Amino acid sequence: MNEDRSLYPEHDENGKPIIDLESHKFLKLWQGPQHPGITGNMSLELTVSGDEIVESKTHVGYLHRGFEKLLERRLFVQCMPTSIRLCVAEPDPNEYIVSTAVEELGGIEIPDNAKWLRMLSLEMARLQVLLRGVPGQAGTFALGLGYQWGNYLRDLILDSFEELTGGRVYHMYIIPGGVRGNLPEGFKGRMLEKLKLIDEFVVKIDKLIFQNVVFESRAKGLGHIPKEWVDKYGVYGPAARASGVMRDVRKTNPYLNYDQLDFEPHVTTEGDVYARSVVRYNDLQMTVDMIRQILDKMPDGGDIRAQTPNVLHWKIPKGETYVKCESSRGEYGMYFVTDGSDKPRRAHLKGPSYTHANALLDKLLINANIADTAAIMVSLATCPPEIER
Amino acid sequence: MEEKKDKFLAPENEVRQVSAPDGSIIEVDPLKDYFSQEKPEPYKVGSGPVENFLNWARAESLWVLGFGTGCGSIEIPPLVTPRFDMYRFGVQMRATPRQSNVFIISGYLAIKTLKRAIRAYEQMPSPKYIVALGSCTINGGMYYDSYNTINRLDQYLPVDAYIAGCMPRPEALLAGFAELKKLIKAGKGHKANEYVENLEWYKTNQKKIIKDWNMPDYNW
Amino acid sequence: MQKGINNLIEKFGASDLVERRSGLSFITVDQTKAVAAITHLKDIDGYTVLSFITAADWIEDGKMQLTYMLNNPAEVAEIAIRVMLERKKEAGESMETIHHLWPNAKKWQQELKEMYGVDFPTSPGVNDSFILEGWDDMPPNRRDFDTKQYAEDTFFPRGGRVTHDPATYMREQLDPKDPQYYTKKKKKDINS
Repeated sequence: MNEDRSLYPEHDENGKPIIDLESHKFLKLWQGPQHPGITGNMSLELTVSGDEIVESKTHVGYLHRGFEKLLERRLFVQCMPTSIRLCVAEPDPNEYIVSTAVEELGGIEIPDNAKWLRMLSLEMARLQVLLRGVPGQAGTFALGLGYQWGNYLRDLILDSFEELTGGRVYHMYIIPGGVRGNLPEGFKGRMLEKLKLIDEFVVKIDKLIFQNVVFESRAKGLGHIPKEWVDKYGVYGPAARASGVMRDVRKTNPYLNYDQLDFEPHVTTEGDVYARSVVRYNDLQMTVDMIRQILDKMPDGGDIRAQTPNVLHWKIPKGETYVKCESSRGEYGMYFVTDGSDKPRRAHLKGPSYTHANALLDKLLINANIADTAAIMVSLATCPPEIER
Repeated sequence: MEEKKDKFLAPENEVRQVSAPDGSIIEVDPLKDYFSQEKPEPYKVGSGPVENFLNWARAESLWVLGFGTGCGSIEIPPLVTPRFDMYRFGVQMRATPRQSNVFIISGYLAIKTLKRAIRAYEQMPSPKYIVALGSCTINGGMYYDSYNTINRLDQYLPVDAYIAGCMPRPEALLAGFAELKKLIKAGKGHKANEYVENLEWYKTNQKKIIKDWNMPDYNW
Repeated sequence: MQKGINNLIEKFGASDLVERRSGLSFITVDQTKAVAAITHLKDIDGYTVLSFITAADWIEDGKMQLTYMLNNPAEVAEIAIRVMLERKKEAGESMETIHHLWPNAKKWQQELKEMYGVDFPTSPGVNDSFILEGWDDMPPNRRDFDTKQYAEDTFFPRGGRVTHDPATYMREQLDPKDPQYYTKKKKKDINS
């Protein structure tokens, strides 16, 4: 579409398009919640003219479980198994933000070895998401082969998680005070073997996706996010970095031992779907490199838990904090309020999908093609459970 | 069905006047006029070798509706990819309810999703089966005290097989499918008929929690 | 960071400063001056990112706390503006909207209206349902809403969710005729 379609249909003085459904020029089309081209259980209410979207509205709430209410009824230690289910695809940042908030308000300092192990588990979680997410972007253009390869490798990482934590999807590895276990015997060697396989995969993905004519011609120029929108609409993580703004909590507010690692997040300025997938592809390589560095630099054994009060009677004095970390989608934070009792007063999760999927997606989809909605949505990496919690 | 003002009735479902193509003005009640009011009938269950053959055929082609209703859907991609590959058991994903006969309820169901799940289930052709995943569908699991997730799925939809765990591993899912196949081959997979026969009871339960009903009684 | 806080205290009479760690401060601003203070922080002090808006219910103090988390990416600093509203018994606290500063603020305000009953008049679509559908009880995140009771009344709990005090339960199980036997025996042992 080369001509300027931004003035079609006519807009009223408030900037809203004038849509008369009875005129049969427009059609209301629901994408989701039961739809193959949707990331998880949410839905888009699209108003289309031909196959061009003139208005879009995101509907969420299909996965609302009332987490924030449930956490108010749980002891601090009981918060852990509940809160990791906040975002399913990448549960480790949930564990990290909740336990760090509890530690910060409870005044607990964790041992150095536990910090390294936390970093390892966070990076492994990021790796398993990206292994699915990077080829998944091509999957939205019906290029499903990379997705098959990526899922196989993701399973290998999940096996490593099982070895390290005992859990395949939900790990509950990071707990208030430290982590739950040390590295198993021979873990490093097996992990390095798997990383070699991923190195090969990275090369193949480049040939399969980024040098593919179809992918290039469909993804370039699609879903463009200008630099000014990053602050205005709240764009985080890889999506912001693809628009030329450096947003990475690991770099800007280093937590754990991230300041001891050598890494440089990729930043480009195009701001379209292609740029976002390139940024995430670079993230994938960077994560592999970071896991190698972590395995290299971490101490052999050592304390993994700090002394905590009896968790069944643990009362934390009144206070509030905001803890954040970098998930694969961007800044992921927890606002935590305690009131001196043994349960949190308020726990509010702030995920990047909230802003990505609501105001931003509605804006990006205007004048896009129906067939491209999935691509734009996947490129923003929306995760519905963290929107409605 | 006496018409009382329902405060949750959506604007598009209100009785209104529209102009027909020939220019005349007619009044439509969208829920009655745009949807079938027919009640479902149980399908005929035969016996003997023909029925055995049909059961074998049903069991060996389980087509799953691709609707990730909860967190259990994270274990579906490993199932369709090379490591676990459920296609070798005749199980495959379909995009629309009209083509599928197995509905995986993957984990907890928020009330908003339950409404969509009922709709999708009723649109599936019989015989159809429900596999409920995870402890949330059995007794509420983690969310037993949540105000927005149901506790027991079998009060709202007929469940053929439960797969316990949070979250169930892909192997558990494959075992669940094998179990479902056994049930169907033994001629016990007619829960869809049970649903139709006890429709009143199911609908009462469903409407108790779905206050914003806004759809016909049975979604064909 | 420090400049922004000084401005808040001098110009907007902010109080109760808590510096949680370097780069994260919590400060209370009066309800009438909150939007002006947020605008000032955004336009002049460089707090250009709105991280989130949320609420906390202090039912025993009769307060409803709104928290606006603002982020300054250039200075790597965050300020949380606390606004204490008078809590009303039947929901319906009211606060000025800030959707003109950040378009996505309207979604948080919509959520707060639905989950806490805090109204933001003139915020677009604030009365539309966002997460819940067909909800006709009180806003569920308010402190006086009992989610367990609601779940038990509404859904069909499966039996078996009974909890026992382990000590008494074991005693009853071990000797149903004389539940106090083991307690007595223990006392006797101590006495002898």
